[in-house]
Amino acid sequence: MKVSEIVEVLSARVYAGEDQLDLDVQSACGADLMSDVMAFVKESVVLLTGLMNPQVLRTADLMDIKAIVFVRGKVPSSDLVQIAKDSGMILLTTKYSMFLACGRLYEAGLHGGGIREIA
Amino acid sequence: MKLSLSIPWMDFSAAGKASAEVKKLLARLGIEQGLVKRIAIAMYEGEMNIAIHGGGGTADIELTPDLVDIYLRDHGPGIPDIGLAMTEGYSTASEEIRNMGFGAGMGLPNMKRNADELYIESVVNQGTTVHLVFHLNRKQE
Ligand SMILES: Nc1ncnc2c1ncn2[C@@H]1O[C@H](COP(=O)(O)OP(=O)(O)O)[C@@H](O)[C@H]1O
Ligand SMILES: [Mg+2]
Repeated sequence: MKVSEIVEVLSARVYAGEDQLDLDVQSACGADLMSDVMAFVKESVVLLTGLMNPQVLRTADLMDIKAIVFVRGKVPSSDLVQIAKDSGMILLTTKYSMFLACGRLYEAGLHGGGIREIA
Repeated sequence: MKLSLSIPWMDFSAAGKASAEVKKLLARLGIEQGLVKRIAIAMYEGEMNIAIHGGGGTADIELTPDLVDIYLRDHGPGIPDIGLAMTEGYSTASEEIRNMGFGAGMGLPNMKRNADELYIESVVNQGTTVHLVFHLNRKQE
């Protein structure tokens, strides 16, 4: 699914990476604990999180995650936006809760590929 | 090639920078992307452990044609029961740390999963050394 479609499905606001919205992602990962992201993400995914701090962006950068969605209408600080821009990431916010955001994306056709199987 | 980086204690604006730097360096050297990612994940978990649990320390990276060796050393409280610490979900991190997105208790398991070899030496009240080994020329998975 293209990130531009994700923007539509989540009625998202784009804070960084406006020029990269035709990026394709295989799946999504919804997580507030960064080790969970590192344990389960394999392919190119969009990260949905309720957590808003520089570590989220740093973790995403390490995992080659190019698109992040902050849920529940949180507004990123200008520092965060700058970090995202510097590392070439797409930063989105949505008013939907984690549950609804994930549900809407799933319903729109984004499924579980790219996530390591959980034993 | 050798590289030594320091990891400060509880400095969340710095934590993760050593791993990001190593990741960039390895990618620049042309090391295969999947391997670079495994190294970055394992080192990042180790770096966060030193920053959060270990009281700060150092990361020493040694690069040879066959191997990447990473030594993560601290002189912190040590790990009393390494077997327990390796259990998925086991964490002694505080609520405050968990609210920042850490303390999932998946760090050591993530290191084990991503490194080709993992050695942990730890003495209570003296510190911990985690040695991560990655094979450069062996096809993995
Ligand atoms: N360098 C270290 N020094 C002291 N204790 C450590 C160190 N690394 C790990 N530990 C202990 O092992 C536990 C499990 O570590 P880990 O799997 O990374 O999970 P987490 O960091 O999320 O707690 C930690 O909660 C801590 O008690
Ligand atoms: Mg950890």
